[in-house]
Amino acid sequence: MRNNLLAVRRRTLLSTALAAASLPFLPRPALALNEAQAQALVQAAVDDVNRVIASGASDAAVLREMERIFATYADVPTIAVSVLGPPARTASPAQLRAFTEAFRGYFAAKYGRRFREFVGGSVQVNSTRAVRSFFEVITTVNLRNEAPFELRWLVSDGSGRPLFFNLIIAGVNLMISERTEIGAMLEARGGNVDALTQHLRTLA
Amino acid sequence: MRIPQTQGSPKPVGRKAAAAAALVLVLTSCGPATLPPGDQIVDRDEVRNRAVHEMNLRSDRRIVSPAADAYGTVPEPIRVGVSNFASNLSQPSYVVNNLLQLRLDDAAQNTLRFAINSTLGVAGLFDVATALGVPAEATDFGETLHVLGVGEGAFVMHPVIGPSTTRDTVGIVVDHFLDPVGHFVAAPESGYLLAARAADRLGSRYQFDATIDSIYYESADSYAQLRSLYLQQRRFELRGGAADYEDPYAAEDPADDAAAVAADPYYDPFSDPYFDPYAQ
Repeated sequence: MRNNLLAVRRRTLLSTALAAASLPFLPRPALALNEAQAQALVQAAVDDVNRVIASGASDAAVLREMERIFATYADVPTIAVSVLGPPARTASPAQLRAFTEAFRGYFAAKYGRRFREFVGGSVQVNSTRAVRSFFEVITTVNLRNEAPFELRWLVSDGSGRPLFFNLIIAGVNLMISERTEIGAMLEARGGNVDALTQHLRTLA
Repeated sequence: MRIPQTQGSPKPVGRKAAAAAALVLVLTSCGPATLPPGDQIVDRDEVRNRAVHEMNLRSDRRIVSPAADAYGTVPEPIRVGVSNFASNLSQPSYVVNNLLQLRLDDAAQNTLRFAINSTLGVAGLFDVATALGVPAEATDFGETLHVLGVGEGAFVMHPVIGPSTTRDTVGIVVDHFLDPVGHFVAAPESGYLLAARAADRLGSRYQFDATIDSIYYESADSYAQLRSLYLQQRRFELRGGAADYEDPYAAEDPADDAAAVAADPYYDPFSDPYFDPYAQ
């Protein structure tokens, strides 16, 4: 009996080791999200953005629409937790929920304002490529009297549905910039996540 | 290749040129410097840099921003003309650097652009070249040094000029002496040129007012934000076209990540610019 168990264990161990050793050679698991779906998400977001910047609506209306676009197509909870960094691991679920909600408003307002500057121009989807478990969709922003620049959208369905979780605006990574920003706010508040959440609410 | 036999001592000029060409060849064979990841920052003189930044903010609030607002009242077509004129006169400097970088296609494009805009574009007032599909390939001696394999060094904040790095500061100084326009234009035209460049800067300050204001006056730490934005954008610029675009996904194998953790006690998974927040 004992011997038998040992044998079983040894066999399991062996097969586990074998499996582990062969892991790097196995084909990568198929992605749930495919290139076309990732590009379709960005195309939908870009269509919305183009419609808004061509609408000739008032500044306030454009801003509201841009905020809605960010709320619809971005994976805000993932961005919020990632931007908060290590403090997200020690925060309570309630603290994290409150922070995420405050971040949602701050994020939509800030990048809505940034995208409002595209008024008079247009965004065009160029290409998509797979990166590890997600996709990078490359778009070009054409503005009046200005050299066009590149806007990359990183899309994943890690949240359960395809959403973008990062933007690379002319080489500037949104998550890196926001980590700097949120990090500075948190530091100014002695690392207090609740105080940070309170402050973010005032910026939305 | 047959090496020609020299008779006696060669002409000093020829020897100098040959030595310079050899130096460029040797240096370019080393390849461009490795670009650090987006959020890697070396700031050896942060206290001084922050003090300079505070001074720059004060001068922006009191002088530059109000002057830019005043300049913004000038009709847009005139502002665009001034900006085109200033940018056209940067083209010769781009060409010199393109040649030093051995990027002959860019050199040709910038030369063609200078020729088109200086003639059809009425001394550069109109940017006909861009409309014809010949956009500027802006560059500088800092980029030339990068192509030659010189790393960026430390972050530096300069008065008036703003954010830079050790390497790019050297680049600014060298560009000043290397610029062919500077050698051919004397006073009073050089004064007009300087004025056009200053006006162009005010025009940019006016055009990007909302974005610049949000960085300078609305960020939690405007110095840290500006430093991060500058370094990210500069490294993106230096990556160039698709040809020498560095693959940020090279470390795809989880084993590589494990090795990175083992090798670097300060390893930070967040320092991957394309960090995957869904990875478990």
